[in-house]
Formats: sequence, structure tokens, C-alpha cells
Amino acid sequence: MEDTINTIKAYILEEFLPGEDPNELTPSTPLISGGILDSLATLKLVAFLEEKYGVEIQPHEMGTDNFDQLSDIARLVHEKM
Amino acid sequence: MFSQNALFQFLDRSARVRPDHPAVEEPGVGMITYRELAALSDQLRDRLHHLGVRRGDRVGIYLHKSIDSLAAIFGILKTGAAYVPVDPGAPPARNAYILADCAVKAVIVEADFLPGLQAELPVQREGPRFIVLDGTGGGARLRNALLSAQESDPASTVATVSPDLEDLAYILYTSGSTGKPKGVMLTHRAAISFVDWCSQAFDPRPDDRFSSHAPFHFDLSILDIYVPIKHGATLVLVSEETGKDPVRLAPLISESKITVWYSTPSILSFLAQFGKLEKYDYSNLRTVLFAGEVFPIKHLRLLKSLLPHPRYFNLYGPTETNVCTYYEIPAEIPDERTTPFPIGAACSHYKIKVVDEQGQEVPAGAEGELIASGPGVMNGYWNLPERTAQAFLVDSAGERWYKTGDIVVEEANGIYTYISRRDRMVKKRGYRVELGEIEAGLYRHPDVKEAAVIALADEEHGVRIKAFLSFQDGKRPSIIRLKRFCMDVLPGYMVPDIFAFLDVLPKTSTDKIDYQKLKTLS
Repeated sequence: MEDTINTIKAYILEEFLPGEDPNELTPSTPLISGGILDSLATLKLVAFLEEKYGVEIQPHEMGTDNFDQLSDIARLVHEKM
Repeated sequence: MFSQNALFQFLDRSARVRPDHPAVEEPGVGMITYRELAALSDQLRDRLHHLGVRRGDRVGIYLHKSIDSLAAIFGILKTGAAYVPVDPGAPPARNAYILADCAVKAVIVEADFLPGLQAELPVQREGPRFIVLDGTGGGARLRNALLSAQESDPASTVATVSPDLEDLAYILYTSGSTGKPKGVMLTHRAAISFVDWCSQAFDPRPDDRFSSHAPFHFDLSILDIYVPIKHGATLVLVSEETGKDPVRLAPLISESKITVWYSTPSILSFLAQFGKLEKYDYSNLRTVLFAGEVFPIKHLRLLKSLLPHPRYFNLYGPTETNVCTYYEIPAEIPDERTTPFPIGAACSHYKIKVVDEQGQEVPAGAEGELIASGPGVMNGYWNLPERTAQAFLVDSAGERWYKTGDIVVEEANGIYTYISRRDRMVKKRGYRVELGEIEAGLYRHPDVKEAAVIALADEEHGVRIKAFLSFQDGKRPSIIRLKRFCMDVLPGYMVPDIFAFLDVLPKTSTDKIDYQKLKTLS
């Protein structure tokens, strides 16, 4: 789980928060409501997760329930693995 | 000259001719027939009249897109007032500014938004009256709110206002360079001249099913709403959430048997890239319209290869004119084409000229600013007489031309091609953004000393906003905190994508921020 969080964190930092101090992005940082993931960013992240972990994420799963925090995204991925 | 004298006549006519035909569908939620929609808007008209709304007033709509909000539009128009739709996803402070700016007489608002709105509205003796809905969906929430109001405080039936082309129909607020949104005032004449042109250009039929993808505060909605209702066709509402998500949108377009689609190129690009379009049947789709920004040729080519059957049109025009030129994309896009298609020729209700900085017409082939004259042009910006005067060029014959700020070239055959902007307005995913409004938002942060914003554009990412900031006493917040701050003061699409921090921002010799230098830093 820790590994998954770190992998997703590294991807988000590189793609959507260039220049940010990695310590600022915690497992509970609000991603969608905090303006870090918009709709296009979420789609790109989903494509990354599907490719990296061989999981399939359904459209209805892409909301704030599963994507607003790193810990929630990692949980979703683990449930599907 | 015009098919009707007021927009609500489109609804009342279709309610007489096709009373039981579905007027509006909200996929997965509900449907309303023409007869029911006309009746519901009549009930709202009566309630608004009871609350004191009269011809010439403004009424705000602070609702999610739904049959309820669509019925609200017609109810407001039937009182002779103009509707002012605000973005339910925008910060309450911005929406409160808009509704106070044009002094709305009433607001139709969802209960969830009411506390935030009331906290931000200025305190005044005669504030707006509220019609509060406990949500939206299928028209039932509006109907229930009106019914319960009727029980406690009955409103009597009044007549719909007499149609007048010169009445304001709606005010759409767009990004303002000073940091405050500005209200574009449009009359029934402006809207109907455009709707009538659409009738000519796209041959709408009663069995058509139009998409409504754009939010109602966005001017693409004028075609979505009034063209199908004029022709007794069906309007299929796409919710804000589904509208952003190509994975859900792709099956919805297919299952809802949409025949005419209209949106920004951005969402069509997302559909082509992420929507898995090959999985669905789009045999009903006959026309695809897009507007609001340049469609990168790479993505248009991909879309056309996935959906080869419909006709495609590029529509062009700012909110101040709505569509004033259009171009049909050829059936085959030549392999060697790498530049975007032209914005096309003038619509039949418009005259177009290309002028230099002195307002003199330039010959075909030369760059200049596109100006437009015709019945579709706005009356002006609400309560901003100077900005309004600056927006127009009045020629020697006294004719008023709206200056778009878009630099174009006229090809030999009366076809115009877009080149660039004259000022600091950009289009991000079809949203019109004044970079100055973002800067004004950033300056509201207590630690920001200097803020400057530029737009970066490339085929891969489209337009991205980059902010350069310096801080008081080196108190630099994290990027995450800055983004969260921006979400509180700006609509989501205005939040910068990239932040860069400098000790001091570069200046020109006249001590202004050197934007050219900032671009070289990117």
C-alpha cells in the first residue's frame, strides 16, 4: 500500500505539481477539491493507473469518493488488484 | 424579418403544435413534454410576478443544469425580465458579485448554495427575493417549490408579457481583465437573429435530438436551448459531471440518440482520445458543431476518423456577438494539412470587416482585427458605459461594429482565418479567461508581492496557464496551498497549471512587468 501511494504520489508531483516540495503532498491532501486534479488530469491519472497496475477503472469510480486523496486512490487500486 | 418577437414564443408555439412531444430529457432522471414545460414556466412566471419581478428586471439562476433550471429560464423570460445564470461550481463570492452587480430582483437557488450566497451578498435594505429549491432534477424540485409557495402565499395567474425584440433576454458574465467579471447584455432580437440563422444553416427537424453540453452561463447554450425548442425537437441535457468525463459521455451520446452535437473542441478532443468511441453506435449523429477555441488539427482528424459520418462545422464568435462566422469542415482532411481550419464566412445576419489599428479596412490577405455588425450584437456591458464605448467602432455612416479583439486574415474568397488575440484574453478548454482576472485573484493572497500570468499553448496540452509569483519577506507557500487558495477565489478553470517563483519579477524600462521576458523563462 505504501509503495502504491508513493508511486502515485511521484506521478502526480511530476505531471501536475512540477516544482512542489514532495513533503507537502500527503496521503490526505485534497486533490480534486484542492485544484490539483481537474477532469483532464484525472483521466490521465486513470490511464496511468490502468497501464501500471493492469486494473480497469469504471467511469462512476472517478469521482471525489476515490480520487480526492492519495490514500483513496491507492485503496481503489488495491481492491482491484 | 424575425420568426418571433420573444424567445418564450418558441416554447409556447411548440407547446401548441406538439404538446406531448418530449421537450427536454435529463438522462437517467426524467423528461418533460412541451405542454408540461410551458405550464411549469407559467407557474414560475406567476410566482416571480407575485414577488415583484417586472419587465426590465433581472433574475438570477443559481442551479445545477436540469429541467428545473431550463424551466426557470422560460419562467423568467415570460415576466419580461432577463435571466442571469451563474456557474454553480464557481466560488460563491464570484456569483454574489455577479448577482449584486446587475441588481437581480430575485434568485432561483438551490438550498445548498443559499447560505454561501447570502454570506457573500452585500447587506442592503431591498435584497433579492429567493425561490429556494431543495435540489434539481426532472423539474420536480421546481414544481414542488412552487406548489408549497402557492399553499402558504398564493400567487395569482398573470399574462405573459407582450413580446418585444428590444427587451433584454439574458446577461452572460465573462471574465474581466480588471478582476471583476463583466455582464454581456443580449436582447431577444440578438438571440432570435442567431436562432433563425441556425434554422437556415443546419436544417433542424422536429425529430432531432440536440445535445446541451455547455452550461447555461456559457453562450453555446443559446443554440442548444432555443433551436430545438423553436423546431419542436428534443433537448438532451448533459450534466456538469458527465459533461467533463469522456468515458461517460461517449455512451450517453450513443444511447440518447443525439442527432446534433455542439460543444467546445476540447471535449471533442477528449472524446476522441479517451472515449473509446469505436465501442458505440453513432448512426443517429448527423451534425457536429464546435466553437469557443481553435480545434487542433491532429485531434479533429482523429475524431473524424472515428466518426466519419456527420457533417462538421466550426462556429466562431465571442459572447458579445454569438456566432458571426462559420465554416464547414471538408469531408476529407488532406494529410498535408497541419494548421487549423478557417473560422469561415460571415453568417447571413452579420457583416464582417477586417480593420487596422486606425479602424481602416485592410485588403484581403492582410492581418487586422475582425469587427462585426448585425442584429446579433450585444447592447453593451452591464453598468460599464466606458467599456461598452471602447468595445465598439462607430463608422461614418453611424453603424455600430463590435471589435472582437481577434486578429484574422481574409482569404481571397471571403473566408476568414484566425491568427491571434490583440489583448490578454485566452481560451482554455473553451472557457474565456482574462489573464488579468487570474492575477487579480492571486494578488488577494496576503503574502503575494507580485503576480504575473502567461498562457502557454502546444498541441499536446492545449492552453496551460503559468503563474510567476514573488512573495513578501520570502514567505512562499507551497504550490498545493496556492492551488487551494485559487480554488477559493477563482473558478476551477482559471487556477494556474504551473507555478514559478522568483525573488523579483522582471520589469521593462518603464517599470512594468516584462511579459516578453517571462515567456522566454518558460
